[in-house]
Amino acid sequence: MSRFPDAWSAVRGRPVRFLTSVWPWRALAYVASTLPIGLAWLLVMVVVLGVGVATIVVVAGLFVLAGLPTLAHLAARGERWRIRLVIPGRRGPLAPRDGRRPLSWPEMGVTVLLATLFWLVDAVALVLLTAPVVLLLAPLLVRYDTLEVAGWRVDGTGKAWAAVAVGLVALVLVLYAITALACGQAALVRQLLDPPEARLVEAVAQLRKSRSGLVDAFETERRRIERDLHDGVQQRLVALTMTLGSAELDLPSGPGLELVREAHQQAEQALADLRTTIRGIHPQVLTDHGLAAAVHEIAGRSPVPVHLDLAVEGRLPPAIEAAAYFFVSESLTNVAKHAHARSAQVHAWTSDGTLVVSVVDDGIGGADPQAGTGLAGLRARLDALDGELDVTSPAGGPTQVRMTCQIQ
Amino acid sequence: MPDPVTPLRIVVAEDAALLREGLVRILERAGHEIVAAVADGQALLTYVASTAPDIVITDIRMPPTHTDEGLRAAAIIRAEHPGVAIMLLSAYVADAYVGDLLDSAPGGGIGYLLKDRVGHVRDFLDSVDRVAAGGTVVDGEVVRQLVRRRHADGPLATLTDREREVLALMAEGHTNNAIAGKLFVSEAAVRKHIGNIFAKLPLDPASDRRVSAVLTYLRG
Repeated sequence: MSRFPDAWSAVRGRPVRFLTSVWPWRALAYVASTLPIGLAWLLVMVVVLGVGVATIVVVAGLFVLAGLPTLAHLAARGERWRIRLVIPGRRGPLAPRDGRRPLSWPEMGVTVLLATLFWLVDAVALVLLTAPVVLLLAPLLVRYDTLEVAGWRVDGTGKAWAAVAVGLVALVLVLYAITALACGQAALVRQLLDPPEARLVEAVAQLRKSRSGLVDAFETERRRIERDLHDGVQQRLVALTMTLGSAELDLPSGPGLELVREAHQQAEQALADLRTTIRGIHPQVLTDHGLAAAVHEIAGRSPVPVHLDLAVEGRLPPAIEAAAYFFVSESLTNVAKHAHARSAQVHAWTSDGTLVVSVVDDGIGGADPQAGTGLAGLRARLDALDGELDVTSPAGGPTQVRMTCQIQ
Repeated sequence: MPDPVTPLRIVVAEDAALLREGLVRILERAGHEIVAAVADGQALLTYVASTAPDIVITDIRMPPTHTDEGLRAAAIIRAEHPGVAIMLLSAYVADAYVGDLLDSAPGGGIGYLLKDRVGHVRDFLDSVDRVAAGGTVVDGEVVRQLVRRRHADGPLATLTDREREVLALMAEGHTNNAIAGKLFVSEAAVRKHIGNIFAKLPLDPASDRRVSAVLTYLRG
């Protein structure tokens, strides 16, 4: 419906598109509603302040005045809602509804503006609007009386039609003025109630939430792919090796048997490749049995002897389990490739809702923490979970790689 | 196909239909009798109770949780029907399984093989026979992984490298003859190594020394 995201971009757009859009009318609704609402708040404020100040000697006034912040909050709430007429989009964060609220100067400011300046200025704007309206109605009105608009006498039909033309131009101008005024007021209210820093803070919180949601979705998807490969291709390949194995037993020796043996080896190689692939996506043992069992399996594959000390009870959130698994896997691969180590140790424990995993080797040290795409990828993975990765590797060793991650 | 020494009565539990049928076909062609082929742990227990098989061949990962149903069923079978031999098949090496397996009460033979091995039909059938005869067969890959993480201060520290090698092959279920072939030594030399192993390890006098040595080895 609206081709513009808000009233101000409509004002800056082409006049025809502005005038045929919904924005002048929304701005008019904003300005028109300011009048009764502003007056009502003026009345409320005057009464509360009057009663409060008058009864302050008998202490009761203090209680009355103590209600001011709550009233200001109510007014600000209304304004937050109303500015969406000209600046739509998500509402700013709303404070909890209940309880006595502390004095908020921005809310007080908005209330005072609303009860004084805003409704007065908007009243003037509405009065200005009457001029083009009267001019547009001129052909009708001259039948009953002569008109005088801003010192211009309109009598007779010819003049009346000229008045319509003038009225149209005036209407356009006034609509522009009213929309601009509404934009200005709404922007001021928003600036006071939801300053840009607060909006940034909220945006960051939103981003963090959506990022961790993405990481979870990503992990779920990896697990699904693992299940699919395991239940589908892997089973078929095993069945194939069984069939080929049976054929080998039945076939007489000769070129046929040789070919079947070759096929059998190829099927086994495919199975081994598939196993490696699945391990890189999301290892089955991690899905089924969690971090400790999966780390045992990595240690078992490591050519460097690995001592394990895993104090991780139960299951962790899948994204964290996966990050920790790949952390250990990558670190032990690095130990085997670069460290010239005789042994390595993996420690994992949780304390105060934080998972800590460390991999230490007794190798030559001097590892560059920035080197290697593997660790860089892990850093990105941990970043997304608000985790951290430290590498300490003095020349001569030992090298320690450590990850910490909050368990939500 | 060679006829088995003794035809066995077997219950097969495997949730993937393709593999279950493959297993049944291989075992039947070898002359064994499949008394039941089921798809989950609960059915496995039911049939073991009603058919009293010689050996159970079960996948570890089965419905409903797809984690270790087969292993849990095996523990129950071990407790309720200790004479039934158990062969577990796993898609991957998880030594938590091996620990559970070895800690189960003594009874019939125990096997733990990776599923990939089933394709080596003759070796697989040999393993089934050995487990049914009360032996212990642990997949070579599993054994290798366990050995790599052996604690230096365990009972195995007293063995020489050669004796450990012989013991690893025993754990995979090989006979003295086969071990001699693999290590390019005489069978007499293998027997001598085994004698040393039995002498050095603190073995349970009540059970078969060979099985006991292998268990000690696998427990580290």
